[in-house]
Amino acid sequence: MRLVLAFLAAIGFAGSAAADEHLPVELPHATGAPHPEGNDYWRIHHMDMLLHDRDLTMREGIRNVMPGEDEPIQASLGECFDCHGVQDDAGNYVTFEDERHFCRVCHDYAAVEVDCFMCHRSTPSETKELRIMATPDDPSSIEAYLARVSGEMSE
Amino acid sequence: MTNRAEMTRRDIMKSGAAAATLTLAPGVTLMAFGGTAEAAGRADAGKRWGLLIDASKCSEDCNDCVTACKVENGWGKDAEHGHISDEQAPEWIRKVTLKDKSTGRTTSAPVMCQHCEEPPCVDVCPTGASMQRVDGIVLVDKHICIGCRYCMMACPYKARSFVHETITDQVEQSPRGKGTVESCNLCAPRIDSGRIPACVEACENAGHSAILFGDLKDPDSPISKALKQYPSVALRDDFELNPGVRYTNL
Amino acid sequence: MAMEQTIYRELKATPGVWQVAALLLAFLAAAGGAWFYMEHHGHAVTGMNNQIVWGLPHVFAIFLIVAASGALNVASIASVFGEKAYKPMARFSSLLAITLLVGGLAVVVLDLGRADRLIVAMTTYNFTSIFAWNVLLYNGFIVVVAVYLVLQMMRRLDYKWVRLGGLVAFLWRLALTTGTGSIFGWLVARPGYDAAIMAPMFIIMSFSFGLAMFILVLVTLFKLNDRPIGDELLKRLGRLLGVFAAAVVYFAIVFHLSNLYATEHGAYERFILLNGGIYTLLFWGVQIVLGGLIPIALVFLNPSRSSTLLASILVVIGGFAQVYVIVIGGQAFPLEIFPGYEVLEGFHEGVVNPYTPSIWELMLGLGGVALALFAAGLGAKVLRVLPTNLSDANLAAKG
Repeated sequence: MRLVLAFLAAIGFAGSAAADEHLPVELPHATGAPHPEGNDYWRIHHMDMLLHDRDLTMREGIRNVMPGEDEPIQASLGECFDCHGVQDDAGNYVTFEDERHFCRVCHDYAAVEVDCFMCHRSTPSETKELRIMATPDDPSSIEAYLARVSGEMSE
Repeated sequence: MTNRAEMTRRDIMKSGAAAATLTLAPGVTLMAFGGTAEAAGRADAGKRWGLLIDASKCSEDCNDCVTACKVENGWGKDAEHGHISDEQAPEWIRKVTLKDKSTGRTTSAPVMCQHCEEPPCVDVCPTGASMQRVDGIVLVDKHICIGCRYCMMACPYKARSFVHETITDQVEQSPRGKGTVESCNLCAPRIDSGRIPACVEACENAGHSAILFGDLKDPDSPISKALKQYPSVALRDDFELNPGVRYTNL
Repeated sequence: MAMEQTIYRELKATPGVWQVAALLLAFLAAAGGAWFYMEHHGHAVTGMNNQIVWGLPHVFAIFLIVAASGALNVASIASVFGEKAYKPMARFSSLLAITLLVGGLAVVVLDLGRADRLIVAMTTYNFTSIFAWNVLLYNGFIVVVAVYLVLQMMRRLDYKWVRLGGLVAFLWRLALTTGTGSIFGWLVARPGYDAAIMAPMFIIMSFSFGLAMFILVLVTLFKLNDRPIGDELLKRLGRLLGVFAAAVVYFAIVFHLSNLYATEHGAYERFILLNGGIYTLLFWGVQIVLGGLIPIALVFLNPSRSSTLLASILVVIGGFAQVYVIVIGGQAFPLEIFPGYEVLEGFHEGVVNPYTPSIWELMLGLGGVALALFAAGLGAKVLRVLPTNLSDANLAAKG
């Protein structure tokens, strides 16, 4: 499957390095800063990276992937849609059910099934607070909680 | 400029190495997860998260822990309940009111996944989807769950639910979908980002503080001290599963 | 050896064969539709829920899987235990064992929440799970019995290889049914399951259900092709079925007596034996009387061709009821999460869990049976597994 993907990506999408106009499909416009690795890299390797982060997050609980960044917890599929959300004419974000959805544009063309959105949301999230590590002065942080509880218990 | 691609590539090449390396700039490499600053950024084998539920502090008509769990994890919406029977509805956490058969005293308490040290659901899962993190949290990896429901047969606490219909508009931190099994994960995404579980926070905000959260391996943690000081029970202790959730004043 | 003279011929495509095939295909189509409907809407459209997590499809599947290993009996008796009269039927016995297993597995797989992830179940194993072991045991069974069947069908092969193949297949089927029984026997949490006797009980159930299925399918195919099958042979198979059915009743009695002796299981026993409604009715009425005592009486008190056939039908019905009582009854009985407490408020705590199977589950389950029978018939149509003549005179001439 991975080989098929890579092959499709290689012939279909990565024909020339900087020429998005040569893509066989019209990609929805993305917002935000471009990927530092470059779009071609992501087009070919996004599944490897998603799988890698998936097991880090799920199995090892590693969410603090990019310490030092503004939003260090960059191991969530949801974050893709911060930039890659697609709005319909009324300004609402379309879900994976809609063929204009970012992932579907290529995947429909390549006829490769996407299994993510049976469980994951496919539109930008309204809540983002868990993307930042809690600081001790945050009342819901474990540190602040333990300090409160210890105080009560010693009373 | 940070480069995720490089990081992923190195990790995959090392396949299973404990620490991930991070290239900050050409020639500058940072061990990302070894330092103490990131202690809360990954499941910590030195910890075992648990809950101590004080039934005497739990109010019979308060349902805030359940509500908070629903909001945090996005289950139990009215829209879902339109298509499924009550018995098919998800139940990550539920409130029970108990009457002692011999004394007649009534108490109430929440019941959720008991996060066993020896979880039967993990033993029976054919694919390894039902799993236990190194910090003791028991949860379902829905990526490889095939929906056989054997874990639900094995759980003595009825802690697990099967998703009976298509789910849309999930909460970002709580993916859940048709055909897989789900249960309380002790708010693992919150713990990983250094926060207490939603039910614990809600109970405290309701003024009850009936759910005490903490590290069972740390002898100085409030939960360990409380367990040492007061008598407590594990549900169905006869199975010797050593749950991470314990009850007092039941 | 005189036995070599048995002539095996493919099933002839008579109008009767076509009619049966068309009927089975209709059931298969219905099951396909039911599966598509369940897959599209999720398990919301079934009667299964978070309390009764395994429903009617699993009853069908477990019955078929148990019967599969039992259908191999006739071949085992011929190859391993050297009973010559059974040898002409050994090939078909092996074939039916494979197809019954395939039918049962198809139902289990199609009932999965994520049937599309079957590849995960086949490639990712958690070896502390008896389920994972069963995946290997089931797949292995198909391979082992297929090889055994090929050995039987090879001309000019020293019979010792057939005997060896038969022995491996026999040991494998014992392991397989032990694994199937242990799916329930090792579930400590549920009072209706947790019992070591489950594994041997499933083995003896397989002897009985499998032989009954074998007799019924064999006689049907012979009738469709006007091939003779002797009264004495059928009486003999009937007597064997009677012994197996009696053993099943014996194991059921020991299982419940042991449970009755342990006070902690008393409530479960009262539920199954006394006040469990449908489960009590199925246990006494269908499993014990209809599927146990009556067939035993038939084959021993009035041995005849029709007694054997009727007994086979009753054993299948009783066996189905027995699996239903074990699988569904064991889940319907409430889990005791708070011993010593009465639950005033909660979620289905301490009450019997209701279950009403949906038509979709029934269609899926029947589809599994249809698949097993269709594949067995197809196998008999293309392979030389059915002997042309099983009349008593013919067998005596060779024996």
